[in-house]
Amino acid sequence: MEHATELIDWSRAQFALTALYHWLFVPLTLGLTFIIAIMETIYVKTGDVWWKKTTQFWMTILAINFAIGLATGIIMEFEFGTNWSNYSWIVGDIFGAPLAIEGLMAFFMESTFFAVMFFGWDKVSKKMHLTSTWLVAIGSNLSALWILVANGWMQHPVGMTFNPDTARNEMHDFAAVFFNPNAVSKFLHTISSGYVLASVFVIGISAWYLIKRREVRFAKRSIIVAASFGLITSLFMLTSGDESAFEVAQNQPMKLAAMEGLYRGEERAGIIAIGLLDKEKELGDEKEPFLFSLEIPNALSFLGYHSLNAFVPGIHDLVYGNEKHHIMSISDKMQEGKLAVSALTAYKTYKKEGKEAKAKEALKDFRAHEKYMGYGYLKKPEDAVPNVALTFYSFHTMVGLGTWFLILFILVLYFAMINEIEKKRWLLYAALWSIPLAYVAQECGWIVAEVGRQPWAIQDLLPVGMAASNVASSSVMITFWLFAVLFTGLLIAEVKIMLTQIKNGPEAH
Amino acid sequence: METFSLYTLQTYWWLLVSIIGALFVFMTFVQGGQTLLYTLGKNEDERDLIINSLGRKWELTFTSLVMFGGALFAAFPLFYAVSFGGAYYVWMAILFCFIIQAVSYEYRKKPNNFFGKRFYEILLFINGSLGIFLIGVALGTLYTGGYFVVNEMHLSHWTKASYGLEALLVPFNVAFGLMLVFLSRIQGALYLYNNLENKALEQRTRKALKQNTILFLPLFLYVAGSMLFQTGYSYDAHSYVVSTESMKLLHNLMAYPLLGILLLIGVATLLYAIYTALFTYNRRAVWFSSLGTVLTVTVLLFILGINHTVYYPSLADLQSSLTIENSSGSHYTLFVMAIVSLLVPVVLGYIFLVWRSMDKTKMTIEEVKSDAHHY
Repeated sequence: MEHATELIDWSRAQFALTALYHWLFVPLTLGLTFIIAIMETIYVKTGDVWWKKTTQFWMTILAINFAIGLATGIIMEFEFGTNWSNYSWIVGDIFGAPLAIEGLMAFFMESTFFAVMFFGWDKVSKKMHLTSTWLVAIGSNLSALWILVANGWMQHPVGMTFNPDTARNEMHDFAAVFFNPNAVSKFLHTISSGYVLASVFVIGISAWYLIKRREVRFAKRSIIVAASFGLITSLFMLTSGDESAFEVAQNQPMKLAAMEGLYRGEERAGIIAIGLLDKEKELGDEKEPFLFSLEIPNALSFLGYHSLNAFVPGIHDLVYGNEKHHIMSISDKMQEGKLAVSALTAYKTYKKEGKEAKAKEALKDFRAHEKYMGYGYLKKPEDAVPNVALTFYSFHTMVGLGTWFLILFILVLYFAMINEIEKKRWLLYAALWSIPLAYVAQECGWIVAEVGRQPWAIQDLLPVGMAASNVASSSVMITFWLFAVLFTGLLIAEVKIMLTQIKNGPEAH
Repeated sequence: METFSLYTLQTYWWLLVSIIGALFVFMTFVQGGQTLLYTLGKNEDERDLIINSLGRKWELTFTSLVMFGGALFAAFPLFYAVSFGGAYYVWMAILFCFIIQAVSYEYRKKPNNFFGKRFYEILLFINGSLGIFLIGVALGTLYTGGYFVVNEMHLSHWTKASYGLEALLVPFNVAFGLMLVFLSRIQGALYLYNNLENKALEQRTRKALKQNTILFLPLFLYVAGSMLFQTGYSYDAHSYVVSTESMKLLHNLMAYPLLGILLLIGVATLLYAIYTALFTYNRRAVWFSSLGTVLTVTVLLFILGINHTVYYPSLADLQSSLTIENSSGSHYTLFVMAIVSLLVPVVLGYIFLVWRSMDKTKMTIEEVKSDAHHY
């Protein structure tokens, strides 16, 4: 039951819209809750009321951000049903579990203690209040854990078997799903990137106060907390990023090739530090993929396979196969997949007709080919290639910006420690302008993760075309535009409110 | 794992889903309260008081809804696929009504909020009225059915181009939706009556309680009566063939008299709550109404899944109808999730403790004004 392209495009567009909007708010919550918890801990330890005020100011900013994060988050969970209903059946037995656990373990914790954190200052003890603040931080990060377990599973499905009677994948090993290496590295990389964004955010706003020569004490102290937090967590982010890339190389070689614009596989493959892709380049031609590029030799082999000499397959090898390196072509996989699909259909028919012996034969046939069943739904081999330019540029933008934030934290922390930060106006401006860049880096990260694995909704198992709900594309188009208008309106309101709060400053609070 | 049969786990999960659904219905006192904002609050201070009182609870309601969805997804993925992906417009409209709630408390009074205070109040009203009404309509279709077909690969599609909106033409669904709206307003009034310290508001709250009860009761009688006496759907335990059965849900209650008793206790407790608030000025009435609502709704949802009953009939193809047996997750997943569900009492426990410590004293206008953070 392959859907029309238009429906798939609108379904993907709607999901991408929701995810991109949702992700404008989540990373700040992930990191800022911890920064606030650290600040409140200082308040409780020192008893200095000034820290309480600082904590409350950042809490106000958090609340504005948190509300819209929730608003955009609720729809994502339900969109799996509304827009990806085949998906919900085919993998819901595994995928639904982490989502339900997320609600039970994380959302209730967040929403219960959120109220204490904001309204409990005079109602509960200092310690109880501090505990609540930490629980909100832990709760929001737990929620990230479960949703990334779910996402990690989509990138690298493990712990399940296909049940031909129910025609779906069923979980048989929860531990494998939970400890999926892909999920672990994804979780660590995502939360640490959230901490980095929140640090850049706090530093940037504090820098603005220093530029305006106001709230000096507040700004300097906030900078020290945020830059220390940012420095530690960006080191963490770099390591987990490296781990993520390793996971991609093992399970999603096509994504890795697209990330680096690597068309022809090579040994001792390098990483493109800066590069401009040739728009004319097409799969299968002999053209150089880059008009211009600067390469770090051997780096990709090392990143992907932890060996300087390893062979890294290119897009061409992955699509058309490479005998020397034992890579099966997509068309061979498609052939296998089609055999699996027809064996499954035969099995169902025989079962219905009560022909048990024949059904058993068909099932055996199915098991022999099921590994590539997902490929059976592809139309042509080239469909297995994601958008190379988008993946490549997003990846390089993300990495470049991540490196810049590390440098920024070092500089800011150094000058703040020797008490010269106010004099370095260039650095203050750089910090301020890094705020939007941190958001760009976040969105790019998700574009790499999600566009880079197209056409798969579940890697190698279920293409997006097979996963979508069977509704009229016009219905999805209507809701897409409704949500686009609504989210944009709410975003404008959010930014305006936040800017006004920042302009008024912590003193007005 | 083998100690529990698949059917036991399916029943257990249907019970849990019913309880979560019932808790959500109780928690919609937040939505009910929102729709009473201008009925009760006659000046800015009073309205601020109401908003701040509800504003400390709205996230729990929101989370209950998300949890309801999450539990359905994990335990009955085929329902998730069939209903959400089929009755597309109804669910999308519900989501729309809840997205707009999430920002409204926080943004309503914030300076430079782009749309103005009134706009966010309208959003809260839409959430409380249309949002709850549509949830009622969607729940109503569990009793009246939807137009879907499930093929042999368990993939589904909707046969009406109105994608769920046709449910609005069924009187039972509409009555169900309206009933939930008035119930949420009753709960909202009872909650505010308990939570606030304000003479003028108290009187208006009781008046609103009375009016909404008068509107609620006939709707409830009609809905409950129809549920029990209308023709329902059952399936054969061996062949799984679905057929109609007159008064199916009444039969279920007779087969499980304990459920019938719980239902009666639930309804009586809810009515007692309203009575005691109206005539004995009992400020704690909301505790009774919460118990009553949770019991009533749990039973009414639960009897839909047990005793070989179809919980989501298909009007397009009777044999595509959903039962807890043909729509659930696998034995393994239901078992793992059953273990996870042991956390539910822990979660309910800390919610209760936090709620109690936060609501020790009644909320006043002065408190709202002096609070460092208020809506």
